[in-house]
Amino acid sequence: MRKNGVKMIKIKAKDVDVFYGKKQALFNISLDIEENQVTALIGPSGCGKSTFLRCLNRMNDVIDICSVKGEILINDFNINDKSCDVVRLREKIGMVFQKPNPFPKTLYENVSYGPTIHGIAQSKQEMDEIVETSLKKAALWEEVKDRLHEPGTGLSGGQQQRLCIARAISVRPEVILMDEPCSALDPIATAQIEELIDELKKEHTIIIVTHSMAQAARVSQNTGFFHLGQLIEHGSTDKIFKNPDNKKTQDYITGRFG
Amino acid sequence: MNKNKEQLLNKRYKAEQRFRLYGQSAIFMALLFLTIFIFKIFSTGYSAFQKTWLIVPVNFDAELMMLDENPTKQDIEDADYYEIALQSMWNLDPNANEDQQNQLKRMVSYFFEREIKQELLKDPNLLGKTKEVYLTASDDLDQVFKGNYPRDLPEDQRRVSDYQLKIFDQLVANGNVESKFNISFFTNADSREAELAGIASSFMGSIFSILVCLMIAFPVAVLAAIYLEEFAPKNRFTDFIEVNINNLAAVPSIVFGLLGLGVLLAIFQLPRSTPLVGGITLSLMTLPTIIIAARASLKAVPPSIREAALAMGASRMQTTMHHTVPLSMPGTLSGTIIGLAQALGETAPLILIGMVAFVNTIPGSPMDPAASLPVQIYIWAESAERGFVEKVSACIMVLLGFLIIMNLFAQIIRHKFEKKWS
Repeated sequence: MRKNGVKMIKIKAKDVDVFYGKKQALFNISLDIEENQVTALIGPSGCGKSTFLRCLNRMNDVIDICSVKGEILINDFNINDKSCDVVRLREKIGMVFQKPNPFPKTLYENVSYGPTIHGIAQSKQEMDEIVETSLKKAALWEEVKDRLHEPGTGLSGGQQQRLCIARAISVRPEVILMDEPCSALDPIATAQIEELIDELKKEHTIIIVTHSMAQAARVSQNTGFFHLGQLIEHGSTDKIFKNPDNKKTQDYITGRFG
Repeated sequence: MNKNKEQLLNKRYKAEQRFRLYGQSAIFMALLFLTIFIFKIFSTGYSAFQKTWLIVPVNFDAELMMLDENPTKQDIEDADYYEIALQSMWNLDPNANEDQQNQLKRMVSYFFEREIKQELLKDPNLLGKTKEVYLTASDDLDQVFKGNYPRDLPEDQRRVSDYQLKIFDQLVANGNVESKFNISFFTNADSREAELAGIASSFMGSIFSILVCLMIAFPVAVLAAIYLEEFAPKNRFTDFIEVNINNLAAVPSIVFGLLGLGVLLAIFQLPRSTPLVGGITLSLMTLPTIIIAARASLKAVPPSIREAALAMGASRMQTTMHHTVPLSMPGTLSGTIIGLAQALGETAPLILIGMVAFVNTIPGSPMDPAASLPVQIYIWAESAERGFVEKVSACIMVLLGFLIIMNLFAQIIRHKFEKKWS
């Protein structure tokens, strides 16, 4: 979304280095991410795109040996600063994982979990509404409205992934990170999710890691290409796919390696 | 070439067939041993659940009991029953000489006067009348009636005299010997007399010990496991702790007994022979088992669930308490029950802390002296009387039943609460 023709930058990464123990996984990543746009991160396996994604909500904290250097500014606030509370950060930045991972609880409990721990809903009624709107936005409501109290793990893979999206948006995050959300899904479920992503970008900034070039081309406005821990090139999806500056990008896009 | 391949294929099939055969024979062996073991225990033990009674007419003679015409309940309580009890046994053979009278008296348990007293307390109208009363047969006659006694031994090698056998056979012929379900085996405490000995004290002792053990070991072990698995940093120190927990699980149980003896009894001066001390000692032993089981089941919770919760903005604590721990509970609980079952069958440490003492009272709390089931087996197995042989097996049956129920419970918990995740 552009306001008066000026791009609104939501996330600004400056010189981000990531280390796993002594091994450096990301080198000097600087990347701006525009608000209310879909940014796709592409690149061959092990290139560090998921690692970068996980820096944005500090999920790398979970890994003991992982250390992150550099600045990541979200709304001009450095999330790598000591004063940053990860709980508040992750409330603002939701995440959808590669493999659908609903809690082994009911659908309702899955969606209401975030609002419950963040104290968003004041009453049962309000919670019901949040659950309903979240499921509707995730295009799952019609399919599950009669079985909200059945286990979420009983759904099909595509439904589970949409449930995870509903869970992520239930706390109205500003940013949604998606780590190869369709890699475990069939083409029909993938199409549903892609449609959903297009819808969600109206309210959220979306960053999606994907292995599928076609998917990146379909859903994203901006694309960043990672290779061996470096951000080789980034820019509008159109440009990256049609007229990349870098030879490596060109080779990857055209399927010569990766 | 082709022939060679065929040979190889045949060889492969044969190897597989041989392997199957080995496996099947191993299972057959295991089942055979188990069957022999269970058959042996049941065939020796089942008779302990029956008890032999002599039906003897008792004349409730007020004069002999030193009671007046209208005694109060208290009078009946205080009366002297020894005389009428003796008389009723002597009456089995009016021509008996003094020695034979003594033998007659020894045909029933020394408890017989109390059994007669109970009869009168139940129905005070019996005073001055004669009634046939059920008296517990002595342990040797009990064994004679059950067919476990070698009657053909020479008399001087038997504890039952020919005279006693003659009178007993008369009673049997008249239908005055009866076998009934042995309730007192479950309600009596231990006794020197096999016919009176029961498992109530050791059963309660075992229950109290296990409860104390559970109350200490479970919370400590679960907290330790959660901390180590979910919160503690992975470094050399935690590795060291982990190795030592595993070592602790392999420490022989008697060492824990020595620890209980040296620390709990000697330093803290806790009461000896009590389930309290037994339970604490057993909890030391059970602790590593539960920690290992709890950690394994925490590890088995897929990391994706943790990530999901963390990414939703749950704190580490919330992630652990809302998701990981509930999901690991079935495994933790069944591990706990297995650990407790192990503790239940433990003898050595309990012997060291004095739970091997002869206890003829039923403990009402963990602070009262008690035995435990495996120690009871040990005590009875050491006793010389023939009557204790079947009691040992019966006690083993009770203990096994207890263990089977606990393991069943562990299975049920596992099946019922186990959740599937994608």
